[in-house]
Amino acid sequence: MKELTKGVLELYLHIPFCVKKCLYCDFLSGPADRTVMAAYVEALKAELEGRAEGCADFKVTSVFLGGGTPSLLEGERILELLETIKKYYCLDPCAEITIEANPGTVNRQKLACWRRAGINRLSIGLQSAFDEELAVLGRIHTWQQFLQTYEDALSEGFDNINIDLMSALPGQTPESWRASLEKVLSLKPPPCHISAYSLILEEGTQLYRLWEEGKLELLDEDADRLMYWETGRILEQAGYGRYEISNYALAGRECRHNCGYWSRRDYLGFGIGAASLFQNVRFQNGRSLQAYLEHPLNCRQEEHALSLGEQMEEFMFLGLRKTEGISPQGFQECFGQPLEEIYGQVIKKNLTDGLLEYRENGEGEMLALTDRGLDLSNYVFAQFLLDEDPA
Amino acid sequence: MDQSRIRNFCIIAHIDHGKSTLADRIIEKTGLLTSREMQNQVLDNMDLERERGITIKAQTVRTVYRAGDGEEYIFNLIDTPGHVDFNYEVSRSLAACDGAVLVVDAAQGIEAQTLANVYLALDHDLDVFPVINKIDLPSAEPQRVIEEIEDVIGLEAQDAPLISAKNGIGIEEVLEQIVTKIPAPVGDPDAPLQALIFDSVYDSYKGVIIFCRIMEGTVKKGTVIRLMATGARQEVVEVGYFGAGQFIPCQELSAGMVGYITASIKNVKDTAVGDTVTDDKNPCAEPLPGYKKVQSMVYCGLYPADGAKYPDLRDALEKLQLNDASLQYEPETSVALGFGFRCGFLGLLHLEVIQERLEREYNLDLVTTAPGVVYKVYKSNGEVIELTNPTNLPDPSEIEHMEEPIVTAEIMVTSEYIGSIMELCQERRGRYLGMEYIEGARALLKYELPLNEIIYDFFDALKSRSRGYASFDYDIKGYETSRLVKLDILINREEVDALSFIVHADSAYERGRRMCEKLKEEIPRHLFEIPIQAAVGGKIIARETVKAMRKDVLAKCYGGDITRKKKLLEKQKEGKKRMRQIGSVEIPQKAFMSVLKLDDD
Repeated sequence: MKELTKGVLELYLHIPFCVKKCLYCDFLSGPADRTVMAAYVEALKAELEGRAEGCADFKVTSVFLGGGTPSLLEGERILELLETIKKYYCLDPCAEITIEANPGTVNRQKLACWRRAGINRLSIGLQSAFDEELAVLGRIHTWQQFLQTYEDALSEGFDNINIDLMSALPGQTPESWRASLEKVLSLKPPPCHISAYSLILEEGTQLYRLWEEGKLELLDEDADRLMYWETGRILEQAGYGRYEISNYALAGRECRHNCGYWSRRDYLGFGIGAASLFQNVRFQNGRSLQAYLEHPLNCRQEEHALSLGEQMEEFMFLGLRKTEGISPQGFQECFGQPLEEIYGQVIKKNLTDGLLEYRENGEGEMLALTDRGLDLSNYVFAQFLLDEDPA
Repeated sequence: MDQSRIRNFCIIAHIDHGKSTLADRIIEKTGLLTSREMQNQVLDNMDLERERGITIKAQTVRTVYRAGDGEEYIFNLIDTPGHVDFNYEVSRSLAACDGAVLVVDAAQGIEAQTLANVYLALDHDLDVFPVINKIDLPSAEPQRVIEEIEDVIGLEAQDAPLISAKNGIGIEEVLEQIVTKIPAPVGDPDAPLQALIFDSVYDSYKGVIIFCRIMEGTVKKGTVIRLMATGARQEVVEVGYFGAGQFIPCQELSAGMVGYITASIKNVKDTAVGDTVTDDKNPCAEPLPGYKKVQSMVYCGLYPADGAKYPDLRDALEKLQLNDASLQYEPETSVALGFGFRCGFLGLLHLEVIQERLEREYNLDLVTTAPGVVYKVYKSNGEVIELTNPTNLPDPSEIEHMEEPIVTAEIMVTSEYIGSIMELCQERRGRYLGMEYIEGARALLKYELPLNEIIYDFFDALKSRSRGYASFDYDIKGYETSRLVKLDILINREEVDALSFIVHADSAYERGRRMCEKLKEEIPRHLFEIPIQAAVGGKIIARETVKAMRKDVLAKCYGGDITRKKKLLEKQKEGKKRMRQIGSVEIPQKAFMSVLKLDDD
């Protein structure tokens, strides 16, 4: 079997700190004081160092500092983390290195530090261009603060910037959503990447509780979809391509790191709760901060070696998230079995239902979600789960 | 054993008035069991019975009591089922007794079942004496209740023991009155054998164990017995009496005694409750009066949720029937649900009990179709059909007329709720027969009601409209002509047989409309729009629409989430497996049961 991605590796560093938990957030994060943050960075460095040995042959093509709010850390801490990576890993000089930043936690000094550290991509959590909507989400910043951050970032030389936006917010109207998009598009220059998500109400979040108590009205499915379609229309008009269900980019500015997840490239996650996929084994660090600070190399939970069937399932339900779809040829190369043999019936049904289609992309035939399929992607994906492992 | 020192009796009461607790105390005080050995409520020995606080099968226990007169008495306590569904069993249990202890709650006084049970006992010529229970409750009014018993029932109650079965107060007095007020049995041990079957259970080692009261004659090991109604014939293997929770063999059972017989009988169907056991070689002249074949009153379809479990369901029903001859079943096929069984029950409680036992004891996941009663369909060609499955209703053009079973119901209620209860009965097509005021603020309402109007949720409605104060009892009166129609449900324009039911023409529209609304909630969105329609005789009378699926998407899916997101997809796939495919529509199992809960407003 030919390993397409052998020798290439992505790194994810989880920074579980924020100023204050947002109402919709179900990620592993929370406020912490300066000493805890410093100790955590030390632990991260120890974990990076300790795990490096097994990765000597791998070229690291992307690094992603996610959270939480990584921009909350002092600039020097970020610098140290990147120094550690450079010291112990084979970091590709052209690697995409992203940090997530939230307005209200960023300043010129930090931005300058990040540049020095080699960070070349910024992902700014804006979510909405309207302060009332930001308040509903429990965000700590305003539109004005965002503008400041954006301007500072440009001044410090960042040109590869993503902006996160959320649709289907409580109280949002199609008009206000359109206006948010347009305000972002009218930035000078506009960002080269936009992630536009529909709000997902996750159990255990404060927003969920409010909804349960009847204090929050969610938008219905129809309104949600209208906004989604509108997003595609507006952004495509402005020159952005939708390359994944919720991700849009100017040509060549797709997020390589995230594409790695959907293409099942190997990645290692560092920090609490961080997940990894390495040589078809999935594993994850435990969620306890205390335990991690004490033994950063000793927090890995049970490993799960993916069976052939599980690999195929992932190939499909992750790969189909990309609008270009999956390549039947690629499936065959990866698993040594024709796609048709494993999934012929499911594909046929979904072609008939108008949820999947074959497209020619120049290099060969691709199987991809249709527009309707994008709306109902889970419905499609669930069908790609196998009842039993193929022989 | 000297007949004069046997007392065969039962305890009768309205539900929750403390029948089982008193039975426990009697068993405890008569010394066969220590308190520690006693499970709570010894007589209710099925889990289900204990949970629901009702007795489903008759339980019997023999204890020995040393009375104030220094003599030892044998007490045979026959515990009777406590629900109207099991009225016939109750009547047979009563026929096995010589007297009854009537338990009345000191706070609540006489209730509908109190009356029904007393009248039933008096019909069987039993000597009944009252006991006032729960006298330790703050709201107890023993004197008022005593007067009520005397006024309403006409029983002497001035010397009724005032007890608290729960706290063991006054039990001794009850025991003494059992000796003095309940007559000893009579009967000639040398006469031809005549024994009444009041229950039977199946034991995998002994076969069927017959519970009986010997009226005349004697039975022992080796006697060849004949069951007069079913004709079954077998040699007796063992006779004995009932210890608490165990069978204790003895030499013989003679006139006046209560005990059991085993005779290698393989099927409880052969040992029908109410049948007479006699000596095959020296039979009695006549069977005991009162035997009747038990009729199922309520029918529904039972289907395994997982079609592959059909054989398991069949085995489970077979086993249950060994112990419960009143459970009827026969295989049937539904387009929507596949292979299953049409089952007949004594009533809705019986249905629920069986359903729960199948689910708990046999670990089966069931789909139940709407329960219905037995309708009589008179066809124009003179044929008469007893209809238990709505699907089998002939074409309306072939039907001359239809009849439905009617009950006479007695509802006891405090006067402030009379209005709302009358309204309820009116809604359920009740015919008002009359009302009697009983002792001040309470009234006994008499109605005739169609059985199919009370089998679902009448009892719940009654309770909720009277804040729990109304009590209810009914008897089957007979059949009456009625304007009945079959209501069909069409999902995506296909008729779903398992959802059809028979309803009165005047209620068809309302029921159809609610059915559609309910199903709209239950059926998940599909890729296409799904019309849900209710129809009578091909004419659509109500419609709802399940809109097409618009969105089923996880907006965000990155690194660590993948394992979690896959679990979501797995759950989604699992959910689909539990659906029933009707044409191109997938219907969740519970949608078929939703019709049972149409009236929760």
